[in-house]
Amino acid sequence: MNRRRSLIVMLVFMAALLVPVITAAAQATTVTVAVVNNPDQRRLLELSDKFQADHPNIKLSFVMLPENELRDRVTTDITTKAGSFDIVQIGTYETPIFGKNGWLASIDDLAAQYPGSMQPNYNVDDLIKGIRLGLSYNGKLYAAPFYGESSMLFYNKKMFAAAGLKMPAEPTWDQVREFARKLHNPARKQYGIALRGLPGWGEVMAPLDTVINTFGGKWFDQDWQPQLTSPEFKEAVNFYVKLIQDYGVPGAANNGFSESLTMLAQGQAAMWIDATVAAGFLEDPKQSKVVGNVGFAMAPWAKVKKGYHWLWSWAYAIPTTSQHQDAALAFLTWCTSKDYIDLVGKTYGWATVPPGTRYSTYKNPAYIKAASAFADITLKSIQSADPTDATRDPVPYTGVQFVGIPEFQGFGTDVSKQISAAIAGTQSVDQALAASQDIVTKAMTDAGYLK
Amino acid sequence: MSRGIMRGTLPWMQRPAIIYLVILTQAPVLLTLYYSTTNWNFLRPDRPARFVGLRNYLDFFLARDTGRIMLNTLVFSVAVVGLSLVLGMLLALLLSREFRGRGLARTLMITPFLIMPTVSAVMWKNMLFNPAFGLISSTLAALGGPRIDWINQHAMGSLIVIVTWEWTPFMMLILLSGLQSLQKEHLEAAQIDGAGPLATFRSIVLPHLGRYVEIGVLLETLFVLNIFGEIYTTTTGGPANYTTTLTFNIYLEAFKRWNVGRASAYAIFAVIFANVITLLFLRIIRRGRDGEAA
Repeated sequence: MNRRRSLIVMLVFMAALLVPVITAAAQATTVTVAVVNNPDQRRLLELSDKFQADHPNIKLSFVMLPENELRDRVTTDITTKAGSFDIVQIGTYETPIFGKNGWLASIDDLAAQYPGSMQPNYNVDDLIKGIRLGLSYNGKLYAAPFYGESSMLFYNKKMFAAAGLKMPAEPTWDQVREFARKLHNPARKQYGIALRGLPGWGEVMAPLDTVINTFGGKWFDQDWQPQLTSPEFKEAVNFYVKLIQDYGVPGAANNGFSESLTMLAQGQAAMWIDATVAAGFLEDPKQSKVVGNVGFAMAPWAKVKKGYHWLWSWAYAIPTTSQHQDAALAFLTWCTSKDYIDLVGKTYGWATVPPGTRYSTYKNPAYIKAASAFADITLKSIQSADPTDATRDPVPYTGVQFVGIPEFQGFGTDVSKQISAAIAGTQSVDQALAASQDIVTKAMTDAGYLK
Repeated sequence: MSRGIMRGTLPWMQRPAIIYLVILTQAPVLLTLYYSTTNWNFLRPDRPARFVGLRNYLDFFLARDTGRIMLNTLVFSVAVVGLSLVLGMLLALLLSREFRGRGLARTLMITPFLIMPTVSAVMWKNMLFNPAFGLISSTLAALGGPRIDWINQHAMGSLIVIVTWEWTPFMMLILLSGLQSLQKEHLEAAQIDGAGPLATFRSIVLPHLGRYVEIGVLLETLFVLNIFGEIYTTTTGGPANYTTTLTFNIYLEAFKRWNVGRASAYAIFAVIFANVITLLFLRIIRRGRDGEAA
């Protein structure tokens, strides 16, 4: 009797295990999307309901993480071919590398394979050329840009007016330092300048690399010898670190894009040099206390008018391991289309649309009207940022605010930690750069660039 | 019916399960050992993994960082285990006496150990250690003191505080069970003989607890050597590499520099290192106890 009962229980249990298998076959396709936790992506999440309403067979599942963590997860997933994601958010750094390694499905190929899944009137030629090239390898597009950006200077107009200062259209770093000195008043919780200090090749190294470029420095010479202890590199890093330590926000070594944005949006920082996408956020009354009070200027330059503002695009790509490439293509082309931009404009206001991807955005009268203060500078910065010509001297790599080789992820982050420690005051800039030079030399020797 | 079946079929029915367990637990170690002899780098599929023998281990010993990393690991584990031993002993002694609300007090004392490590770390980092709005800095500032950035300027110290807070209950529980197995008659006899509390502690309690201290220290050292979550969420090994321990360096090597070969070598070394430390501890404690017995 006991044996029979346990046999029946076991059979029922096994049958129960089979139920999800049977029902799974009849369910909608689930597309898993990995995104960065930035304001534009948060809006995408909110608007994705509309996509699911239009496409009842496709269910979206988002994984939203801070930038550093997202890069880790996405890179691990793609390099190990784990296949957890159907769409990944990557940038102009990863796309050519992953495309070259055959880890991403080419958008051009997918468009030919599943023409019915493409968003109607997608118009690939509408994509801004520099951004499109940055997301291609060997002429094939591997990721669709969600937003494109360069970097520029944001400043608090009221603070400047109160101190009788005027920001020129193309300021120099010396001028910026002077402004920061005059506006720095920690007792009244007013800090001269907010700048990133958070470790990460995509955090502190992004603005720092533009400073290095414009001071005439470079990461490698034509023989791939690291140049981190060269006089120009040292001068640039010293300038950046001292500027933060003298007139910056306390605890800057922990501040990345989000924290610095908060400082400006809360009216506590007088200036900020960072991504152009922040403009839309700073002009959004729901998130910013300084709406209508933000001034815009080109990113500062020092000795060389090259590479002083960066070029970046957060884009969506489909790994070759994805099991639902046609459904993924549908969502990918939806959220990077002109229709999506119109949707954001109508829902949240035209100043907040994802910028820097399409020429049509900058010809749209509603956008021009709402974003007039910063649209021109943004477009000009994106179009003039050239990853193939960002340094004073010729170099063997491409990239304005990064070095476009796979090893950069590793040593870029290690170097950024050293510099972040210098910003926090736990070591001197010279120590940081000496250690960094060692790190980079070792990494390049390991990777076979140096003998 | 049942006993006949047990004797005849159970041994060979067990075998699949045993084989499965052996493979599940040993295969990863053997694979790691194999990977540690290659130079496999995830991000360079154009450079397939080659056999490089013991080069990864050699690189580890010759690397610039290694001294710092080993120092961090030693300082971290010794400080955490030592502090949690002392605090755990004090708390266990307190909780071994009867008082009103002892059950509640004991439950509250155990709670830090039950909270997820990442949650504890984030809580300490943002609610207590934050220089702008954390509890510690705000209290100090209200009393006229400075606002210190604990995590950045006293990284190792902050980390030790967090992990000690988490692991003291563990030690306390082990020592508490030891204290409760101490017979009351021995303590009463000592009292009758006129021994003060300190002498009682030194001569009766401590030797009795010897075995429990041994277990506690051993287990805790093994676990503390493997700590990752707290470091990742507070300092990520920084500033520079001041709080990078051996375990954290394995993560950095594998997932930041994508050098799986070298990371595997570090992992094997970490296993050997943990074994050596354990044997050392056992020898020291046993010698101490034998010395006393003699």
